[in-house]
Amino acid sequence: MTNSKGLLALAALLSTTTLASAETLRWARAGDALTLDPHAQNEGPTHTIRHQMYEPLIIRDVTGAFEPALATEWAPSEDDPNVWVFKLREGVKFHGGEDFTAEDVVFSFERAKSENSDMKELLSSVVEVRAVDDYTIEIVTDGPNPILPANLTNQYILDKGWAEANDTVAVQDFEGGEITYATTNANGTGPYILQSREPDVRTVMVRNEEYWGRDQFPMEVSEIVYTPIQNAATRVAALLSGEVNFLQDMPVQDLERVAGADGLTVKKAPQNRVIFFGMNQGPDDIEADDVDGANPLADVRVRKAMSMAINRDAIQQVVMRGQSEPAGMIAPPFVNGWTEEMDGASVTDIEGAKALMEEAGYADGFSIRLDCPNDRYINDEAICQAAVGMLGQIGVTVNLDAKPKAQHFPLITDGKSDFYMLGWGVPTYDSEYIFNFLVHGREGDIGTWNATGYDNDELDAKIKSLASNTDLDSRNADIAEIWKVVQDEALYIPIHHQVLNWGMAEGVGIEVDPEDQPKVKYFTMN
Amino acid sequence: MLSFIVKRVGQSILVLLITGLVAFSMFTFVGDPIDNMLGQERTIEDVERLRQQLGLDKPFVVQYYRFLEQAVQGNFGVSYRQGRPVAEILLERAPATLELAAVSGIFAILLGIALGVFTAIRRNGIAANLIMSASLIGVSLPTFLIGILLIYLFSVELGWLPSFGRGDTVDLGGWTTGFLTASGLKALILPSITLGLYQMTLIMRLVRSEMLEVLRQDYIRFAKARGLSDRVVNFRHALKNTMVPVITVIGLQLGSIIAFAIITETVFQWPGVGLLFINAIQFVDIPVMAAYLMLISVMFVGINLLVDILYAFIDPRLRVAA
Repeated sequence: MTNSKGLLALAALLSTTTLASAETLRWARAGDALTLDPHAQNEGPTHTIRHQMYEPLIIRDVTGAFEPALATEWAPSEDDPNVWVFKLREGVKFHGGEDFTAEDVVFSFERAKSENSDMKELLSSVVEVRAVDDYTIEIVTDGPNPILPANLTNQYILDKGWAEANDTVAVQDFEGGEITYATTNANGTGPYILQSREPDVRTVMVRNEEYWGRDQFPMEVSEIVYTPIQNAATRVAALLSGEVNFLQDMPVQDLERVAGADGLTVKKAPQNRVIFFGMNQGPDDIEADDVDGANPLADVRVRKAMSMAINRDAIQQVVMRGQSEPAGMIAPPFVNGWTEEMDGASVTDIEGAKALMEEAGYADGFSIRLDCPNDRYINDEAICQAAVGMLGQIGVTVNLDAKPKAQHFPLITDGKSDFYMLGWGVPTYDSEYIFNFLVHGREGDIGTWNATGYDNDELDAKIKSLASNTDLDSRNADIAEIWKVVQDEALYIPIHHQVLNWGMAEGVGIEVDPEDQPKVKYFTMN
Repeated sequence: MLSFIVKRVGQSILVLLITGLVAFSMFTFVGDPIDNMLGQERTIEDVERLRQQLGLDKPFVVQYYRFLEQAVQGNFGVSYRQGRPVAEILLERAPATLELAAVSGIFAILLGIALGVFTAIRRNGIAANLIMSASLIGVSLPTFLIGILLIYLFSVELGWLPSFGRGDTVDLGGWTTGFLTASGLKALILPSITLGLYQMTLIMRLVRSEMLEVLRQDYIRFAKARGLSDRVVNFRHALKNTMVPVITVIGLQLGSIIAFAIITETVFQWPGVGLLFINAIQFVDIPVMAAYLMLISVMFVGINLLVDILYAFIDPRLRVAA
């Protein structure tokens, strides 16, 4: 080959940059789905991919409100307070052409409750799911369960016949390394059909033209090409160069660059995740401090002083570059029980904090270790560093110990940390979920993430009663009372609500979902 | 001779076993995989059940023994993150890494030797000095920075080359190759340069210094005095004698191209074994980490063993010393 021919070939090679059709959503984020089995893993990116192909009875729309999916209406039974009745959508077909009926729903719930399922905790109150007729089912719970629908938004329905024919009636044994037909294939009723998938490399889906909501939703994306890109700089480069047109997991430091680039926009919304510090206030003495024979954190004045020393606005502006909302309570907005008043209650008052410290007998302060993750939340370690300086102003000397999440979280669940950072999302959108994990004392499976050592029997009884209180007004009153105790006791030091950012090419139209779960059927493409 | 080889093989196996033991003792510090495997709603029973099922409640020495027991039977366990057999995942990922390593190896060798010879012959030329100075950048800039700079220039600014992935691949009976499609070839360019740049500059500097050494030898002067053309002197006589130490180094460097592909693969989202390893560390995927580390140590120990044995063949004094 002569030189000129070689150059020509090279030029031809370089000029064939892929220009896919405008209706292809080329989508990237940091992680990939771990499996396609509808019930094998309860994890964010895995749910995201499933939501395009499978559907639950009820989904949440972009505002977090319930929207009918495979169920058209639902209500508690008038005869029995322990029963919820769901009317199913008629005329729906699975991707393989099978009819969707009550039989499939019963089968799917039994599968979701089976041994290997990772979704079974959300259905722990469900005793039985039975078909009344082809398009009506009843879910029986072990007591009245007013918030059952909130636990169903990620419970997908698959076809019974398909699962039996392909030997995937049982949920894949994920830890045992089992691979079933359902791990790599999907047959849902959802708006997109799986075309090909290479784990960690690429997943391609095409529009389901027979989808029941084809005319009801925009569904302007005809093909989805999903690529996980782990390295943050590469991910942003792929958006800037036009190789992808929709990006999740945007690094905070690149937001301005992307927003300022031609043809790209960044949309943001508060995320369903609040970041806060927990303090071990239960024991009489703790290990992480330098005070002998006493626990400074057991004194509510010290906890309040520490909260008052945190300058949330400064963290928002300097550490988060504006990408956070200062918080005054440990519930994200949109959660039932959240109030603007409580969330706005945090004040920064160094003098007042010093006075409280003096009153509590710690005028000279004390020193304590702060455990912090460095790869879990947005700028987690930097937030902790900022807090070190702020707490130093009131005499609390903080020794920061930042570690990867795999080492950090066991400290909290094993109760080995006295002062720690934690973030919390609320998939049920109800305060009960927060109370069960973070406020209720540690007893068996309740309070598993409560490392504060706080244990108030009266409050615990009230939290337990929420589960079966069907009178929504009195239930909400109880929730408000519990929150008042949590706030008065300064159980936690709230920092902020995380903000989600999605980057997209102009023409891609979608609002940010607070759960970071884009559902492509809502997308418009110009 | 036989006793020498047996001794060396025995030493190699010992090194492998110790590497594995050190690796397993480190896994305890990486974190608790259970935390990543179960969601925040997990119960204490779930955690205990899984810990027992995976054998994580046992001391690391026992875990290591179990791993070895299974590994000699060809079973490397199941990935915690993907829930699939590790051997299968490694085989699936290997073609991507090997193709990348091959292309960057060829790039490094060809360009490295060519530039080395050029800078040696034109020792005082402006171009040669420029190349030598520029090569300092190649040696001193970290790989991820070079990768990101290349992406910025060729993907973001010029839009010529893809910034991530392998492009379209063709499956040849279990071996996926990117050599047969245009997008696959384009996708190879930036990662290969990133991965091979360091080796390229290394080879270039080695060739140059060896060549300068050889050019000073008497037989080169005599060759010139005989009236042989520069071409014949430089390439037939000088370069040939330069290559002996260069080939040894190239052989050893090829191993490290595969081993150090980790960073390049992460920057370019190249779906090879290096990216798999990084994922495994973040997730505390012990079976994948163990299998990868053992594979890499087998490779390095194997190469060194081979070199040792070859030297013994070439140089009888080594045999006597052993």
